[in-house]
Amino acid sequence: MADPMKIRAQLKGDVAEIRVLMGHAMETGQRKDAAGKTIPPHFIQSLTVEVAGKKVVDGQVGTSVSRNPVFGFKVKGAKAGDKVVVSWVDNKGDKRTDEAAVA
Amino acid sequence: MKYRIAFVAMLALVMQPASAQNKQATAKTGAKPPAAAPAEQKDAATLEFEKFRTQMEQEGNPAELFEVKGEEFWKAKRGPKNVSLAESCDLGLGIGVVKGAYVQMPRYFADAGKVMDAERRIVWCMVEKQGFKFNDLAKEPFAKGNYTPEQTSLVTYVAGQSKDMKIAVPLKDPHVKDVYEIGKETVAYRAGPYDFSCNTCHGADGKRIRMQNLPNITTAKGSLTAVLGWPGYRMTGGVMLTPQWRMGDCFRQQRFPQPKYASDTITALLTYMTANANGQMYKGLGIKR
Repeated sequence: MADPMKIRAQLKGDVAEIRVLMGHAMETGQRKDAAGKTIPPHFIQSLTVEVAGKKVVDGQVGTSVSRNPVFGFKVKGAKAGDKVVVSWVDNKGDKRTDEAAVA
Repeated sequence: MKYRIAFVAMLALVMQPASAQNKQATAKTGAKPPAAAPAEQKDAATLEFEKFRTQMEQEGNPAELFEVKGEEFWKAKRGPKNVSLAESCDLGLGIGVVKGAYVQMPRYFADAGKVMDAERRIVWCMVEKQGFKFNDLAKEPFAKGNYTPEQTSLVTYVAGQSKDMKIAVPLKDPHVKDVYEIGKETVAYRAGPYDFSCNTCHGADGKRIRMQNLPNITTAKGSLTAVLGWPGYRMTGGVMLTPQWRMGDCFRQQRFPQPKYASDTITALLTYMTANANGQMYKGLGIKR
């Protein structure tokens, strides 16, 4: 159901630059639709990033993050070919996991 | 710990509430062109905008999300006739050929008997080949809030497949040339309550509305700006929008009646602008404030 993410992981020296682009509505719950009804909140709540099987980011995300957000991380000690696994869970329990390799 | 993370940027595409009002204000200030429009000088604000835009392009343009979706739509068997566009739709380079098709449109399509721009052609294929109803597609043809029409994603995909290719609208084709001339006349047509044409603001160098520099679409350089912008991801509202939408919005700003979706007029305008940019590089999907 959730849209796929775009993950880019590039090695610069021994630091991997990981950039993740996610497709998500990130509705704050504060907006109203044309009829004046509040649009229910719908946002990513938790975000994890694993590099080569090891969890490197375990974060919480809130409503202050924009729609279709981009996240950037720098991970030291990664090697080319390491698997990067990014996953998120939103407040409705919807989730998505995508992976890419460090290049 | 082996991995040290620098949580460098929680760089979300921050929405800019201020620019939300720009649209309205733009139209208001448009009545009189600024008395002393500065020539092509790049002020600090412009430079910052450019820096921001390059950064966004490199960091990841959300338009790519729609590109992925569009690719799925292109390849999937859909519609009442259960065929995919990839096996039925000819964008001018043969059935199913997407690579480089976008930069060679608008072009003349003999099967439809018309010159069509990318979005119009895609809609034509969806109707003729897949059996969708045009009226359904035209009901809500542009992105709004969390809704993105399928044809918008498709246009995004097709445009993305022409990244880093030279714009080459086939102006030698007499059909296309005719439509180009109609477009040229349309941009010079003064009307509406403010009595101005596209050229009033977009026909000379160095014009601007507030912070926004306006491209001169009669020149190759200016029209390229327009071609590069759309289809593009607009950060205000976080929506993906197509050149068709942009043209419609020009009409709105001019207080003209809204043109019909996928109409001849819009194709003419797009033909004029895109052909003016002929020979230059299409750099891929746009990102807008």
